[in-house]
Amino acid sequence: MKRSSRSSLGRDEMKTTTDAGGDVRLSGISKTYGSFTAVHPLDLTVPQGSFFALLGASGCGKTTTLRMIAGLEEPTSGTVHLGDQDVTALPPYKRPVNTVFQSYALFPHLDIFENVAFGLRRRGIKSVKKQVGDMLDLVQLGEQARKKPHQLSGGQQQRVAVARALINHPRVLLLDEPLGALDLKLRRQMQLELKRIQTEVGITFVHVTHDQEEAMTMADTVAVMNAGRVEQLGSPADLYENPRSTFVANFLGTSNLIEAEVDSRSGEDVVLRAGGGKLVLPEARCAAPTTTGGKVLVGIRPEKISLTHADDAGGIPEGRNRITGTIAATSFIGVSTQYVVDSAVCPEFEVYVQNVDRDTRLAPGAEVVLHWSPAHTFGFDAEQAIDAGLDEEAAL
Amino acid sequence: MATLTEAPPPLVPTAPETGPPRRRGRWTPYWLLLPGMLWLLVFFALPMIYQASTSVQTGSLEEGYKVTWHFATYWDALSDYWPQFLRSVLYAAAATILCLVLGYPLAYLIAFRAGRWRNLIMVLVIAPFFTSFLIRTLAWKTILSDGGPVVGALNTLHVLDVTSWLGWTAGDRVLATPLAVVCGLTYNFLPFMILPLYTSLERIDGRLHEAAGDLYARPVTTFRKVTFPLSMPGVVSGTLLTFIPASGDYVNAELLGSTDTRMIGNVIQTQFLRVLDYPTAAALSFILMAAILFMVTFYIRRSGTEDLV
Repeated sequence: MKRSSRSSLGRDEMKTTTDAGGDVRLSGISKTYGSFTAVHPLDLTVPQGSFFALLGASGCGKTTTLRMIAGLEEPTSGTVHLGDQDVTALPPYKRPVNTVFQSYALFPHLDIFENVAFGLRRRGIKSVKKQVGDMLDLVQLGEQARKKPHQLSGGQQQRVAVARALINHPRVLLLDEPLGALDLKLRRQMQLELKRIQTEVGITFVHVTHDQEEAMTMADTVAVMNAGRVEQLGSPADLYENPRSTFVANFLGTSNLIEAEVDSRSGEDVVLRAGGGKLVLPEARCAAPTTTGGKVLVGIRPEKISLTHADDAGGIPEGRNRITGTIAATSFIGVSTQYVVDSAVCPEFEVYVQNVDRDTRLAPGAEVVLHWSPAHTFGFDAEQAIDAGLDEEAAL
Repeated sequence: MATLTEAPPPLVPTAPETGPPRRRGRWTPYWLLLPGMLWLLVFFALPMIYQASTSVQTGSLEEGYKVTWHFATYWDALSDYWPQFLRSVLYAAAATILCLVLGYPLAYLIAFRAGRWRNLIMVLVIAPFFTSFLIRTLAWKTILSDGGPVVGALNTLHVLDVTSWLGWTAGDRVLATPLAVVCGLTYNFLPFMILPLYTSLERIDGRLHEAAGDLYARPVTTFRKVTFPLSMPGVVSGTLLTFIPASGDYVNAELLGSTDTRMIGNVIQTQFLRVLDYPTAAALSFILMAAILFMVTFYIRRSGTEDLV
């Protein structure tokens, strides 16, 4: 997606980036350290002007991938293209790419102005004053130009790091967990800020993060990485609504996963048997072949589920997937209430209910019916671990 | 509805009253300082005062020395021995520069490139300290001996022709020349250069090198604009730790030099221990101290490392 830009700086930016033209293309790129494979051969195209996130737990190879684009790490195999240019063999200082490092790596002996001017000066640009001033204004740090990095707060340092990279009009800006060191509130603020800057200058951003919420808020496209491979790539909504593996289902938000057996088909839908009950899954939303008698894993997001007390079960519309169970625990968190329901198909079914009209009968021990639209159900191959991606999320 | 305005009482009983804070605690820091202060008084302040008074005494060994506020001793000492002063500063400066040139790459190697060899190289740097300063310097006498392999090699390569022409060596000899003294000084004080350099290089965040590379700096530029400026505290402390002891040293000039390479340390030693002219020796010591203090202050000001140290 090309972005229309309003500020004068943005327009300059557009010129340099569109003229240079091109996407980031990784072809068969891999990295091994001795016997350990950090990144398995990977093909990835990041369209020009997009905000692309590499999401995964620590050690999944996302930072290594980023560093291979930056030239800080030499790929074991494969090539890196920026537009038509093969940059695989170029050292970092010759690549039209800049990086915002984790914990910023600002030069402590230089003031903010000189930090931002560093890249321009290295390319022999003499009059840097105007450009550096404009850039510091863009990140709202004009007043701090003569301070040293250690005199700034974490959020300000982070913006200096962005300014220092952006001023060089890179074709791609690489961000390595840039918000990891900030507290939650500041992180939210910087997410919006970075998104604003990206929209304004229209440069391709490749953002590495382990924070699924950060990736979903900021990125147009998210690649979920696990153990050196891309598990799934798509828009945040697509990944969330239609995960293709248990890892993605568990790593991005929370999913209830049920083991089920294919019973029959009816038109576009697959009918499954799980714990004595029947569940319906649209075939298009299943990532595994559905042969009768075969096993699949069925997933449903906790907020898609409605919770009805067993006494009112008659009022549930036809055609919805139903499961009966007993409430094991509830926790009230203001905007919603989270229930853990014990059922025959899944011992800990999580259900989030918006606090619109609270049914006081829904207390631990109550018999309930869980029901949801088959269109929200997703399914995949039962061969994979049902709890993949769970530990990683717990570690956050 | 009853509102709760007071927090419930704590479940844990409060600690019993301990009475007013103990007064003794206030003096503890001073008690801890006392041994150090006493040490400084007895072994630094008193000798300094004694030396200062000695330097303004007149008399002779037979009749005894009296304080006569004879400041002319300073002037006489300076006018008699200024060549040795100058030579000390020159030799010490030459040795310091050589130490920096030799030590910086080594410190850089240990800090960034040595990997698992780091500890071994560090031990090699420090190992010479396990033997006596005197023995190490005497070893250099053997290394540089006339007709020895080093001198032979230098002679064959015609290096000695150049150094002789520069006045650093004399003919076919290295021993008893300025070059030998400077070599000895360099060798003996090299670890004092390497250790602070290593410490300050090792503290540099490796990502700063990556960041510089990412911002279009070639490796050489990265060194010039990032690594070297950030290692300045090490350069300053290394040069001071080398220059100060080297300028007062007399062992190297004594063992490796000749009468033409006498440094101010040799003069002071002779005045004190052989001539027994205590006032002159004391005055020379004070002049040396003042000169070093002056140069060091100027140097630190110029290098502008206040906010880096």
